[in-house]
Amino acid sequence: MKKVGVFVCHCGTNISQTVNCEHLAEVAKDMPGVVFSTEYKYMCSDPGQTMIKKAIEEHNLDRVVVAACSPRMHEATFRKCLSGTDLNPYLLEIANIREQCSWVHSDKNKATAKAEDLISMSVAKALKNESLTPSVIPIHKRALVIGGGIAGIQAALDIADTGYQVDLLEREPSIGGKMAQIDKTFPTMDCSACILTPKMVDASQHPNITIIASSEVEKVEGYVGNFDVTIRRKATCVDPIKCTGCGLCSQKCPAKTDSEFECGMSKRPAIYSPFPQAIPNIPIIDQTACRYFQTGKCKICQRICTADAINFEDQDELVTIRYGAIVVATGYALYDHRDKYGEYGYGQYTDVITGLDFERLVNASGPTMGKIKRPSDGQEPKTVVFIKCVGSRDATKGHEYCSRACCMYTAKHATMVRDKIKDSQAIVFYMDIRTPGKNYEEFYLRAVEEYGVTYVRGRVSRIYMENGKLIIQGEDTILGTQVIVEADMVVLATAMEAQPDATEFARKLGITFDQNNFFNEAHPKLRPVETFAAGIYLAGACQGPKDIPDTVAQAGAAAAKVVALLSKDEMTTEPIIADVNINRCSGCGFCVPVCPYKAISLKTLTERVHGSVAWGPTGREVTRQVAEVNKGLCQGCGACTVNCRASALDLLGFTNEQILAEVDAL
Amino acid sequence: MTNQPLADNPNTSGQEWDPKILVFACQYCTYAGADLAGLSRLQYPTTTRVIRVPCSGRTNPQFVIRAFQKGFDGVLVAGCHPGDCHFATGNYFTRRRYLLMTRLMEFVGMDPRRFRVCWISGSEGPKFQQVVTELTDAIRPLGPNQKLRDIEPSVIGGISR
Repeated sequence: MKKVGVFVCHCGTNISQTVNCEHLAEVAKDMPGVVFSTEYKYMCSDPGQTMIKKAIEEHNLDRVVVAACSPRMHEATFRKCLSGTDLNPYLLEIANIREQCSWVHSDKNKATAKAEDLISMSVAKALKNESLTPSVIPIHKRALVIGGGIAGIQAALDIADTGYQVDLLEREPSIGGKMAQIDKTFPTMDCSACILTPKMVDASQHPNITIIASSEVEKVEGYVGNFDVTIRRKATCVDPIKCTGCGLCSQKCPAKTDSEFECGMSKRPAIYSPFPQAIPNIPIIDQTACRYFQTGKCKICQRICTADAINFEDQDELVTIRYGAIVVATGYALYDHRDKYGEYGYGQYTDVITGLDFERLVNASGPTMGKIKRPSDGQEPKTVVFIKCVGSRDATKGHEYCSRACCMYTAKHATMVRDKIKDSQAIVFYMDIRTPGKNYEEFYLRAVEEYGVTYVRGRVSRIYMENGKLIIQGEDTILGTQVIVEADMVVLATAMEAQPDATEFARKLGITFDQNNFFNEAHPKLRPVETFAAGIYLAGACQGPKDIPDTVAQAGAAAAKVVALLSKDEMTTEPIIADVNINRCSGCGFCVPVCPYKAISLKTLTERVHGSVAWGPTGREVTRQVAEVNKGLCQGCGACTVNCRASALDLLGFTNEQILAEVDAL
Repeated sequence: MTNQPLADNPNTSGQEWDPKILVFACQYCTYAGADLAGLSRLQYPTTTRVIRVPCSGRTNPQFVIRAFQKGFDGVLVAGCHPGDCHFATGNYFTRRRYLLMTRLMEFVGMDPRRFRVCWISGSEGPKFQQVVTELTDAIRPLGPNQKLRDIEPSVIGGISR
């Protein structure tokens, strides 16, 4: 006879205010299989757990039902409690009488009756529970960091410093990401390149880091500890081993196109390194711009290359590498105001630029050598207007969320305008000023008080050209008046948004994304760098808009999680997986294509036939096909169980019998 | 123990009858959504019961038939939005099985409105409340499910053979 113990929790008054817990404990005694039941104010507390352990011992309980909050909350807690006794932790069932009963109903009688049903369902299921043991899978001690921006570089360095091998994957020709394009960083006004490029060099010289540039993730297979990642190395037409990085090819290349790194404000050759400090410092050929690829004639670079590194026959190459853990640090894209913000001219005014354009304009190695010159005629702008929240906090045209960094970088830009152009005027149109960060508010106040930046609270309704000037028409909501400003240049603080291919990428990895296509963390507060896919972690702005300090902090956190995983030789997995009853399996193989993890395969079984059988003599050997589940690959979704004609496949922990017992209990 | 309210005849009992709804909720999305409805104190009919399954694709149509046999008036299978399945493709199976299940119900003469499949994510507590409330309201005019229901001893007694 199975002996079930029922433990009803009051959760302070969270449950007991709408559910009669004493009554539940009383009626539970009469449920089939129940030999003991009790109630307590806080079952998850130490005395509560001790109460359960004691009852198991005293009443020889072999199944435990806890009626409390959601199993998503405390199933793990109570399983741990059971593993402190002789009982297998999977002999536990939780009846969710808080989230799905006491909190959603107000009629005490009806809520109590429902709670009674929920407990009897759990008791019925618990009676069918069996002991489950986790299986063990090996951990491959190598990590992959996807994205070579500051998040990826930091995560790779932190992992590599603990002694594990890391591959740092970047789809552009160089690591560095957006931070490499930025001129100075708030609130310290450090030069961005001065703090980033040493880290890039560290990463390239670290014995444990391999940088794989100009490459993208093609396919991800496998599971935590054993990811098989297929990487596409894009054809760069330059042999990275032979190339010395002398740069002669770039100088002589006759084909020119807009430089992505300089936001289209200057030209680059078709064979190029994105910027002088690029790492790896190996140029690549942009086939869309290359004269040879477009017209079939040129090959100047090949003729002048002394190292014989140019190979026009280069093809994309696929390599598959095994990793134990993956850090996703794919960063963000910038919101494009041009197709949405008609009032700002749909991008037709060349002197209406974005914040990132401005970074290049003030950068000493940028297209203007650090002199602020407006793009249209190269004149020094005297009045510069900044507009914040372009695409952020604007549900009608852009995104509902706040991009977090724009208030600060706009203050930085306005400061720089005032600093570099002495007789200039910097005017910022804003909705709110958000400066949550160490020394951020002080930085903003300095812009206003020391640098004399004018802040106008209000939105800009229109920008138009008149007599060669940009006319900015907006409102000052504090004074309650219309404002019209004649300006020479306008800088838009455009929103940070998810990468355009974020959703496609997430599906490749099997991670989830939110309504704005940023990747989802496993818990917004308590598991900020994990994803729902075990072994895959997040760092940086791919999870949501972030500034550099937060990105670096998160990268360190992700690295710590990776190291914690890689430090183990093997790990235990959830035992809630599919199980084949080979006696029933007919070997039809219908389950094989259903499994999203390719965890099921057919194997050949050789058996000796005993007894008299109709189809042949006894004692002979027969071979037949049966399904086999790979315990490391199976994630326990149960799709195969429904497909199984013979009901040979079942999902441990959620067996057909268990679920039907729950249905039948009602 | 709960057979009594199930057997209530809506025509004779004075108060408004609430149909019994069984929800098969995937633990990553809909079950989390139901928990969020609780966290947000969103009220819905007390006649809703939720069974947690790892994935909506785990829900065998056999479970749905059994629920109707056991006297449930409506069944809801709910999982993650297409493309968001924790197990990548589980909800696509659910979607296909839903079409077959609906045709089976039409074939045996059950009103297919008693069975629904929908997608409720972990952040959609209000949607969980809305869906179960709407389903309850939609089934109420259909009256109790009599078709697939197992004949209970008490009913046989009533027929007085």
